[in-house]
Order: sequence, then C-alpha cells, then structure tokens
Amino acid sequence: MYRYDIHDQTLVDERVAQFRDQMDRYLAGRLGEEEFRPLRLQNGLYIQRHAPMLRIAIPYGMLASYQLRSLADITRRYDRGYGHFTTRQNLQLNWPAQEDVPDILAELAKVQMHAIQTSGNCIRNTTSDQFAGIANDEVEDPRPWCELIRQWSTLHPEFAYLPRKFKIAVTGAAKDRAAIQVHDIGLRLWRNEEGELRIKVLAGGGLGRTPMIAEVVREDLPWQHLLTYLEACVRVYNQFGRRDNKFKARIKILVKALGIEEYRRRVDEEWAHLKDGPQTLNQAAVDAAKRHFPEPERRPVAESAIADFERLRTENRSFARFVTNNVTDHKVPGYKAVTLSLKRREHAPGDVTADQMDAVADLADRYSFSELRVTHEQNLVLSDVPVDEIETLWNELEALGMANPTVGTLNDIICCPGGDYCSLANAVSIPIAQALQERFEDLDFLYDLGPLDLNISGCMNACGHHHVGHIGILGVDKKGEEFYQISIGGNSTDDVSLGKILGPSFFRQDVPEVVEKVLQVYVAERHEDEHFLDTYRRIGLKPFKERVYAK
Amino acid sequence: MPNNVDTPTEEALVPVHVDHLLLDGELAAENAWCVSYDAVNLPEQRPAFVPLTLWQANKQDEELAPLLLSDTELNAELAAELNPLPAVAIDFPSFTDGRGYSIARLLRERFEYAGEVRAVGDVLVDQLDYMRRCGFNAMALRDDQHPEDALRLLNSFSVRYQTDVEERQALFERRLATSE
Ligand code: HEM
Ligand code: SF4
Repeated sequence: MYRYDIHDQTLVDERVAQFRDQMDRYLAGRLGEEEFRPLRLQNGLYIQRHAPMLRIAIPYGMLASYQLRSLADITRRYDRGYGHFTTRQNLQLNWPAQEDVPDILAELAKVQMHAIQTSGNCIRNTTSDQFAGIANDEVEDPRPWCELIRQWSTLHPEFAYLPRKFKIAVTGAAKDRAAIQVHDIGLRLWRNEEGELRIKVLAGGGLGRTPMIAEVVREDLPWQHLLTYLEACVRVYNQFGRRDNKFKARIKILVKALGIEEYRRRVDEEWAHLKDGPQTLNQAAVDAAKRHFPEPERRPVAESAIADFERLRTENRSFARFVTNNVTDHKVPGYKAVTLSLKRREHAPGDVTADQMDAVADLADRYSFSELRVTHEQNLVLSDVPVDEIETLWNELEALGMANPTVGTLNDIICCPGGDYCSLANAVSIPIAQALQERFEDLDFLYDLGPLDLNISGCMNACGHHHVGHIGILGVDKKGEEFYQISIGGNSTDDVSLGKILGPSFFRQDVPEVVEKVLQVYVAERHEDEHFLDTYRRIGLKPFKERVYAK
Repeated sequence: MPNNVDTPTEEALVPVHVDHLLLDGELAAENAWCVSYDAVNLPEQRPAFVPLTLWQANKQDEELAPLLLSDTELNAELAAELNPLPAVAIDFPSFTDGRGYSIARLLRERFEYAGEVRAVGDVLVDQLDYMRRCGFNAMALRDDQHPEDALRLLNSFSVRYQTDVEERQALFERRLATSE
C-alpha cells in the first residue's frame, strides 16, 4: 500500500483548506454556481437527483482496513450508513450534505484519502487490475506505475481544464483486467526479448454515447519516458480537443478526426521537446515507488494443507462452487485471492453498509494483511488468503451475505445507479438488475451458462459499461416512457468488442423474458464448453434477433 | 475548424479594461492596459493588447502588444517574433478553457520568453495558483473578483508533484535527494 509522506499529507491537507475556503465563499454568495461547479467537481462533489453525491478516490483500487473503517464511520456520521463501489474503483456517498463536504474531506485526509479529481474535466483516478501484484500472468506489478501517474496527474497545473474528463488505465498482466482499450489512455506494461520493461500506449478508447476502441500510439515506450510521454499526449489533447460541443470533446473524437497517424505525429513532435526532460524517470525513483508495494510476509503453507483444500473442494459442493467462482489463483502456491460479492438482490450492485465495511475491514486484518481491493465489477477482493483459511473465511462471508458464489456469472451484474439516484438517467437500472437476479437465481443454471457479463446503464453515458457487456442493457427514453435497448456481443478484455443492438427496445417488464430468450438461443446453439461470447461470434446476431422478435 | 472563436458580436468588440491586476505576486497600483478583441480596427484606448494579426500589422506602434487567443498554435517562428517584447497577453475566453495554460508553459519553458505573460479574459481567483505555475506573472482579474481573495489564493499549495515553470525538479527527484 502506498503510504503518504509529509509531502503527500501536506498536499491533501492544503487541498481540504482550499476547498473549505471555496465552499465558504460559495455559501456566502461570493462564488457563483457556475464558477463553483468545476471546483466542487474536482473535489468529487456532484449535485444530482436527490442530494449531492461525493465520489471518493480509491487509487487503482487499493484500500487498507483502517481506511475502510474510516469510510464506514463517515457514512454513518455524514450519510445514511452505506456507500456504493463504482465501476471505476471509487466509492460514492449518495446522501452527504453539501456543507459537510469539507469536513468529510478532512476526515478522509486523516486516513490518507481524498476525492481529488474524481470528477470534472481533468485527469481522473487511474484504474488498474484488481489482481495487481498477485496475478500469476503478471509481467510487471502496475501499482508503482499507477502511483507515479497518480502523483504526476494530481493538481497538474496545465491539465485542470481539459476539454473533457480523462481516464487512464494500466495493466501489467497477460490478460487485460483493466479494460485498457476503452479508456482515454490505456497502458500495457510488457517486456521485450531482452527483458526490458516497455509500455504500450493506447489512446482514444471510451464508452459513453460514442463508444470507441482505443488505437495504438506507441508500442514500445521505454519506461523512463512514461511521464513525459503522457504529458505530450495530454498536451496535444488540451490544445486540439474540441471545446465547442461537450459530446464531441473526448480524446476519442480527436483521435478519430485526426487519424491515429496524425495524432501520433503531433504527440511525437511535442514529446521531442519533453523527452529526457526533468520528469524523466530513473531507476531510483521507480525503486522508491516499488518499496511501497512490498511482498507481504506470507507464512509458508504446507503441501498437505494445499491437498486438504483440494480435497474439501471435491467433498463439499457449496464450497466447491464458491471456490470455482469467487476464488482466483495466486502467483504464490498455497495462496489465493478471494472475491467478496457485493451483488445481492436486496441491495443495488456495489452497495455496502457501514456495518459490512467494518466487518470486511476485520476480515482483511485477519485473513489478508489488512489490505483489500475494489474491482471494476463492483466487488471487493482479499488478495492474499492462505488456502487453509479459505473455508473459515467462506463461512464468515456466508454470515455477512458476501459469499454469493456467482462472481463472473450472469448474476454478477454491473449496474449504474440509474434513475433511482442519477439526474441524467432515462430509466431505472437497479430494479432491472434485481429482476434479473431474481429470475436467474438457480446456481446450476448460472454455472451451466458459464462466464457471462451483463451490464446495465440508465442512459447513454454508459456508467454501467453496457457496450462491453456480453449482454448490455441500456435505458432509453421514448416520449417520456422508460424503455430498454438490448445489445449482445460486447467484451472488455483483450479481444475487446462493442455489443450490437438486437433491435427495437423493450418495456421494462419484458426485459427478463428477452434475456431468457437470448440465453435459450445460446444454450441451443452452443458447441460443447463454448462460452456465450464465442457462440455469438460464431453464429452472429441473426438467430438471437429472430428468436427475440418472433411473433 | 471547431476551435475557432465565434463570430464576434458588437459588444465583444468594445475594448475591455479591468481594475485589478496582479503583477509578480502583488496587487498593481493601476492597470494601464486595455484588451481589444477587434481583429480589424485598432482601439482608441492605449496602451492595448490587440489580436496577434493586428499587432503584426502594426508592430511599429509601441503602445500595442499582442493578445494570443486560446486557439493560438505557438511555434518557433511566432515565438521568435514575441521574444523581444516586454509583454504578451493570453486570453481565457471562458475559465473552463484550459488552452491558455499550455500556451503560457510553452512560451516560458520551450521558448524561454522572459517578458510579462498576462492572463486576460475570464480570470478567476481560483485559477491563479495554476496560472502562476504555468508561467503567468500577471493576471487581470475579471471585474467581479475580489482582489483580497486573489492575494490569499495565489499560493494555495506548498507542495507540488510535477515540474512546472517555477520548479524544475519533480518531487520524485527531490525526495531522492533528501533521502540520501
Ligand atoms: C450518481 C450519479 C452519477 C452521475 C450524475 C454520473 C454522471 C456521468 C456522466 C455525465 C457521464 C458521461 C460522461 C461522458 O460524456 O462520457 C458519466 C460517465 C461515467 N460514469 Fe457516471 N455518473 C453517476 C454515477 C456513476 C456510478 C455509480 C458509476 C459506477 C458504477 C459511474 C461510472 C461512470 C463511468 C465508468 C463513466 C464513463 C463511461 C466512459 O468510459 O466514457 N457513474 N457519468
Ligand atoms: S449511465 Fe446515465 S443513468 Fe447511469 S449513472 Fe451514468 S449518467 Fe446516470
């Protein structure tokens, strides 16, 4: 975990003081609504449907137990005792009072947290792989690099008023779990034949109303140049990105308009001046960042314990289900990463109560070196659990309602807050998720379907990433009525693709029925062990369309 | 091109003069200069910042200085033209338009311009800290801004991670230096 030094702490403390001053002037009428807007947004404060919303940064998804306890305390004192984990590894409070926000930020600063640049037209929280540092397909731990990017982008004097928001994602593994191809900038850490670390830089991906897959700006950037190269990429965007129409202001539109060759040419021209400048990284600086992410002092796990664990899997069916779906392999034998499901019918996906936060913090202390991670699938991960403790952990999770053995299945729905909370929504999304979870509850059925991403957004802003769901559901508004458009074939990992729309949209009550028909086509058409996405890619949209719209 | 400023209205052509000018970290006793956005006619008021092309056509007039609009592409040729001048203004058509920050940095860092760089237009007190770091040493505050706020907010932070016009060493370097 990154620990603040005096510099980091001073910066967040001064940021709180700055925002308090701004809030005071706003409340006293000395700072206008319009002028205050970008200032509050860059401190995470949205004004939305029912109340203000505060988005708290969880840099690259890493959270310590003492921080989670403080978050629980904050939600009790300043909110309604729960929080919402988002698809961008942030935590949102849905009911804080606006005038309390400076105090909340001060509380966060005490536990080395902040809400800086979690919203607004600036560089946002950098996201990464939830299995960073422990994945067995990892080439390089992305977290020190994310931290270097976090520092470079925090209060960057030149990039606080970009044309639009700017999101960076980083992966260091063979399999992309950070959706780097649908970010403004995506970074992949890799090693060349000589074993030297290189960075592949992608630009111009994004979802929202014009979904686009990123293109490659540079295949093999030597790591020393990471920050100067990013500075060139963002400077070109700052100068040439459109500012006349907010729907055309993302970097993806610029890259598309210029063409990737011309964008690259401009970046390289800019970079020629910045390259080898004072922000060039050196080994000592990277080593210093890496020292914040040491290997935990894992006790050795005996071979016999590993064998016992495997035996239990064959003996106990429910345990086996849990392990198959919610437990992930670890680079160290004898250790596993355990995903805590935040998907239950009674709660909106990603919601956690204060009591659950406290309980999870205790679990992190007892099972996983006091650390946890937030995933973009809106779940939590304990990343370092010895196999001989998984059974007891599982029992504790059952008691907390977080052992739903459905991670990665149709039931593990990714969903935005939608019309119940968000002022931009065309339609509700949480009740759709709940209706689907209710309909598709049978575990054997879910397992039989295999890995399936189902994503729901309440409007084309695409916070629920419906474009990259194997099945995507989008709320649309037709003459003031809520309808839902369904697409299939999206995917957010390496072989990224955007879903195709089935056809005319549906009434809310018909959505579960339509999803069921889509699944029936899959089950009827699939080859043995073929996943939904592969079947779709093989047979195309037509059979699904015919079944769904059959008279 | 999408980034061009809209066709100016009549009102936009009236030269602008604001009272409060921050210069080198202090409130200037007075602000003699006005800003004219009319790209065709010279203003009657002097001295004045006028759009770049108009200034280029009237370089002999020492009571004029160039105003760079936010869509200005600063290249070496233009920088060479600007370099001998005592002052250059960079326009913020709206405080949410961040292009001026890049222009100022390029002017200072790449082209080593040493004269006054003045922010004009929609200049708000909450922008000043970033402006200063990007190389503005003069900020003509929008009329409704409070000069006492400006002085208080000009230096809101004692820590910075990045390099900028004032700080040539990134924090990661300075940290290494102190830990040795
Ligand atoms: C509750 C009130 C919320 C409001 C008012 C809101 C507002 C917005 C808006 C306006 C956009 C559009 C950005 C664009 O034009 O590209 C957006 C995008 C996005 N939001 Fe939200 N949002 C909210 C909640 C959430 C939540 C809870 C999540 C996560 C679960 C989320 C995740 C995202 C993501 C990931 C995008 C970006 C999609 C992209 O890559 O372009 N938002 N949001
Ligand atoms: S997708 Fe639309 S409805 Fe859902 S949270 Fe985003 S802006 Fe709101």
